[in-house]
Amino acid sequence: MDHLLEVNHLEVNFKTYGGEVKAVRDVSFHVDKGEIMAIVGESGSGKSVTVQTIMGLIPMPPGKINNGEALLHGQDLLKLTKKRMQKVKGSKLSMVFQDPMTSLNPTMKVGKQIEESITTHQRIGKTEVKKRAMEMIRLVGISNPEERYNQYPHEFSGGMRQRIMIAIALACRPELLIADEPTTALDVTIQAQVLDLMKDLKEKMNTSIILITHDLGVVAETAERVAVMYAGVIVESGTVEEIFSNPRHPYTWGLLESIPDVNSEKKERLIPIEGSPPDLFSPPKGCPFAPRCKYAMDVCVEAMPPGFEAEEGHQAKCWLNDPRTPDVEDLIAAGREEY
Amino acid sequence: MTETIIQVEGIKKHFRLNKEQTVKSVDDISISIRKGETFGLVGESGSGKSTLGKTIVGLQDPTAGKILYNGKDVSSLTKQEKKDANREIQIIFQDPQASLNPRMRVGDIVAEGIDAHGLAKGKRREERVYQLLERVGLRPEHAKRYPHEFSGGQRQRIGIARALAVEPSFIVADEPISALDVSIQAQVVNLLEDLKKQEDLTYLFIAHDLGMVKHISDRIGVMYLGRMMELADSDALFADPLHPYTQALLTAIPVADPQAKRRERIVINGDPPSPVDPPSGCRFRTRCPFAMDICAEVTPKWTEVKQNHWASCHLYQQ
Repeated sequence: MDHLLEVNHLEVNFKTYGGEVKAVRDVSFHVDKGEIMAIVGESGSGKSVTVQTIMGLIPMPPGKINNGEALLHGQDLLKLTKKRMQKVKGSKLSMVFQDPMTSLNPTMKVGKQIEESITTHQRIGKTEVKKRAMEMIRLVGISNPEERYNQYPHEFSGGMRQRIMIAIALACRPELLIADEPTTALDVTIQAQVLDLMKDLKEKMNTSIILITHDLGVVAETAERVAVMYAGVIVESGTVEEIFSNPRHPYTWGLLESIPDVNSEKKERLIPIEGSPPDLFSPPKGCPFAPRCKYAMDVCVEAMPPGFEAEEGHQAKCWLNDPRTPDVEDLIAAGREEY
Repeated sequence: MTETIIQVEGIKKHFRLNKEQTVKSVDDISISIRKGETFGLVGESGSGKSTLGKTIVGLQDPTAGKILYNGKDVSSLTKQEKKDANREIQIIFQDPQASLNPRMRVGDIVAEGIDAHGLAKGKRREERVYQLLERVGLRPEHAKRYPHEFSGGQRQRIGIARALAVEPSFIVADEPISALDVSIQAQVVNLLEDLKKQEDLTYLFIAHDLGMVKHISDRIGVMYLGRMMELADSDALFADPLHPYTQALLTAIPVADPQAKRRERIVINGDPPSPVDPPSGCRFRTRCPFAMDICAEVTPKWTEVKQNHWASCHLYQQ
């Protein structure tokens, strides 16, 4: 089956006074129709830059795409002119940002903002547009849309604003929605509401979603597949079940270990990942995680590991998965056990 | 019975917005924190948890109520006693970027409390700073550098060293890990736990990440719109939450295990009401799935429903 979106060997750099930052390095992944795919990683791992590049939101310069392609239905988004990209954004591609307050226009009624996203891309009559806007407000779970239509963003709470952002993003019924940390600024009870809404809308409208997050809990509860990013590289990717029950990369083990288990009775000491992420001005020649990795071997410092296929659709960029590595299964089993 | 280090009695902290409106950030809260424990305080934004923490440290004066430190009312201390109390009660802030002076060297930031209280001078001051930096996992040579040269996790370590410098006995940690990455959070939590053991500290740990709060706390208090909703041992609170708000909060935490059997999620609709105009009676009633008529009329009493397990909810009142 053809993928809806296919990103191949994407490489993005930024020119700064301090030198060139290699923010995204050789990133490849795909998204299928109607699925939620999560990209998880810590700050500076390149997850936002990856999707912003796909959306054409990275200013060039200082940004520069060194290599790669992003195929939506086989059409390379990175090569489109601004005008054509604008068309694609309306009909096929849409984005929700982390902070709903800074992404909404404070001087414009929210109803008009939803309408704007429709009329920019489609030619339809006034009454029809208003009807569609009302329908969107209702669809994202906001009651009395007639009244809400005429209100300004400051009259909405954080969770409600994020719902409006989702309404704006989905008003043109895009095939792919990119949500960049959509719930990070929200409280847990509101986060649960917004995640439920996104899952619900995915079912109703068959929209594919790329969900960017740093919260593994959110990944486990929302996504079907996940890519783990570290220092600009996707170090592991696979189905959510595979990644959580059979992780094959020490960074994934470390992430899973370092969160406390809410359901456990006894208090165990947390196992942190020691050290901090590498400097992306001069990323290490080998595996970027090697300096923090308990299991690092000589080869890890010397050469970047290729993606090893553990199972169909489950890849890990770690030398431990190379069949020539001795006792690899023991180590991986141990890593799994520790988690 | 263990000794109480901090006792908060009927604390209120109101902020006046204008002639008609007041925000009741903290409204009539009484808790006692035992010596040597970690007391976790959770609640969503606007619940007043940080305001309570800052009031306890003395960064703000309460509108009403008393704070007793080691049995003595802090508002009636003599000047010397007040100075001692200020030394013994310290705070660690959420945002290590904003709470460190960017134009001061790390060594001077850490030593600020030492200087203010005249604890050490010259060579001894320097040695003390080096020692503190090593205690929190930094190196002595870092004393000469400026805050911007450090990562978020390291900056939080500097904030911790600054709090430790004056040998406190009670530390309010106000969301100390919220601004940090997951892999770094565990490092800082472990450090806080080690220091607690070595220095005989008592913590008030404020956070909104329930998983971490459960991990670090002995007891947990749940706040909502300026009021305490429930208070219990951390295991009891998670195993048997009584208040509908706590139940909703716990089931809303996303669990990092796709195979985990979901607790049935108690969905609460809507958003927290504005603290300027909180609902009458129980503050949670507008979102509560079990709200009754009485909830709007009478403020529920703070009741010990089970042993050491307190809640303020009409479901548990005779």
